[in-house]
Amino acid sequence: MSDSPTILEVEGLSKYFGGIKAIDNVDLDIRQGEIVALIGPNGAGKTTFFNCLTGIYKPTAGDIKLSDPRNGKSTRLNGKKPNKITEIGMARTFQNIRLFPTMSVLENVMIGRHCRTKSLIFGAITRNKATRIEEAQIIERSYEILKKVGLHRQVNEQARNLSYGAQRRLEIGRALATEPFLLLLDEPAAGMNPKETEALVALIREICAEGHSILLIEHDMKLVMTLSDRIFVMDYGKKIAQGTPVEVRENPAVIKAYLGEDVDA
Amino acid sequence: MFPVKELKRSALISLWFAFLTFPIMVIKVDPIERIVHWRWDNMFFIAFGSFVLSILAKVFMIQKERRASRKKRKIAAEPLIQRIAREPRFLYPLVVACFAFGVSFPFLFSTYQTNIMTTALMYVVLGLGLNIVVGVAGLLDLGYVAFYAVGAYSYALLNLNFDMGFWAVLPIGGLLAAFLGVILGFPVLRLRGDYLAIVTLGFGEIIRLVLENWNAFSQGPSGIANIPRPGFFGMEMTFAGGITYIYYIVLVLVVITIFVVNRLQNSRLGRAWLALREDEIACQAMGIDKTKTKLIAFSLGAFWAGFVGVLFAAKTTFVNPASFTFLESAIILSIVVLGGMGSIIGVIVGALILILLPEYLRALSEYRMLAFGAILVIMMVFKPEGIISNVRRSYKFKGTNTPEGEIHE
Repeated sequence: MSDSPTILEVEGLSKYFGGIKAIDNVDLDIRQGEIVALIGPNGAGKTTFFNCLTGIYKPTAGDIKLSDPRNGKSTRLNGKKPNKITEIGMARTFQNIRLFPTMSVLENVMIGRHCRTKSLIFGAITRNKATRIEEAQIIERSYEILKKVGLHRQVNEQARNLSYGAQRRLEIGRALATEPFLLLLDEPAAGMNPKETEALVALIREICAEGHSILLIEHDMKLVMTLSDRIFVMDYGKKIAQGTPVEVRENPAVIKAYLGEDVDA
Repeated sequence: MFPVKELKRSALISLWFAFLTFPIMVIKVDPIERIVHWRWDNMFFIAFGSFVLSILAKVFMIQKERRASRKKRKIAAEPLIQRIAREPRFLYPLVVACFAFGVSFPFLFSTYQTNIMTTALMYVVLGLGLNIVVGVAGLLDLGYVAFYAVGAYSYALLNLNFDMGFWAVLPIGGLLAAFLGVILGFPVLRLRGDYLAIVTLGFGEIIRLVLENWNAFSQGPSGIANIPRPGFFGMEMTFAGGITYIYYIVLVLVVITIFVVNRLQNSRLGRAWLALREDEIACQAMGIDKTKTKLIAFSLGAFWAGFVGVLFAAKTTFVNPASFTFLESAIILSIVVLGGMGSIIGVIVGALILILLPEYLRALSEYRMLAFGAILVIMMVFKPEGIISNVRRSYKFKGTNTPEGEIHE
């Protein structure tokens, strides 16, 4: 794995909200085909880090470089709009589920196809051949993705009527529809029962085997330790450790961050 | 069966109403005779009427709750209209029947009726246009009438200054309004909900104030008169003939609008608008260009308003700023909300009700606006999602065992 090309390279990323240093000089890299986890206690800045990567926040300092393994093109992401970043090939899910609640399950995934399709007003009104073909492809492709995430029996259901676990899977499906090479998952197992988590692990493995690289934030340590190739640990906006699951588990700084300092009487 | 508590409540309500209406309904000052008439019988009517009405409303609510709980136990039954809208074998004959009725309307009814219907149909188009912006894309626009005014004034002014005809100005009016939509769209793209509503409200007022005060440009509050009606290959037309002619132009415009809006709603663009309405951040994260999508919604909505504006000027042959007040925006918005956000059939029904009802309530003379207001309030209390709510398209695949009825609650 170590000789695979680096697809995401973050150098000295910082994000300040006024005087608060939400992220302070964090480095991170992901190589093609890896599953990398970003962990840390609540409020460590993990989600802010995600928001900086995906363009929802503008980083205060630092560099984010994304390289497409399919054509080797690399782009600096700082200050780019979220939709441009998705177009380049990085998609995400949200910690607090952000589906389109009153749209159907299929339509939610079809939205993901938006940035890979073109038709606009003219095509919509005339419904010419190119538009019809494109539309049929959108539906077909979206249905395939729904099959993959196991929601193809509920295509016409409104997204808000799905169970919690199904909504999380739909979010992953919707992100996959944008054809990303790097997938960012923000707490994908939150609120799932053990059985659902197991299915999720299998799904993430499958997605990874198809050639997607994955960066995930997660609090479920069992899931993190079984899935990840490498782990980055953040606390108070700073990176405090990185390495393989075994290395991280034994790192004193990580133990301190999670369990607190030993107090000798 | 009917709880005593509710009877007490109703009695209190009726007392409160009697008290509230006391100054206007009971006291009548005769300034000539310099005496005060005390009309106590009015107070009795008010008290009794509000008592009965409040009981009726309560009974209705109780029944509605019962029906709702029964529905939960069984499978949710779909409203009749939505079932019709879904089944092509019901829908097509219905559409054909409506269209035939629309075409034969001027022959069946008087010129007066045709004229009212023309106005109602113009509001159908306005409603459908605003529906793109408010109902589908979820951008609350309170200044929609500004684009309507731009259309109307572009015909009036281009005709006055350059002697341009109706058919030449029709597309220009639409495009000018759409252009203005883009100009307005740019600065307000960051705003949402209440903030957007306030800015668009201000924009609507700016346009009206400019038209009212820039005398050299728009002839100010006195307006522009003698705008020619649309021509038909230079043919001379009688007054009644002219009205029928405009009716047909509007009817064609309605059909075109329905066609276009329907196609837009079930397209890539329409989905993007819906997604934008539901969650802006998720929408961007899915690769939708927020700026572009919003601007298209704004300008398309404005385009229809400009179109109808030109027609309005041609129909009334006179425009002045008083026709484009905030009230007009409010009526168009009510059409969309009352009819059902995002639903084409809903907006059409809403427009017909909101425009035709005040006309036919004329029998109630001075109470008609009161009755109209009451109907609106009752509608929104009992059916807040609008008369006909929007139905999302359903898709069929092999192995999908979801019954069709489940797409919509």
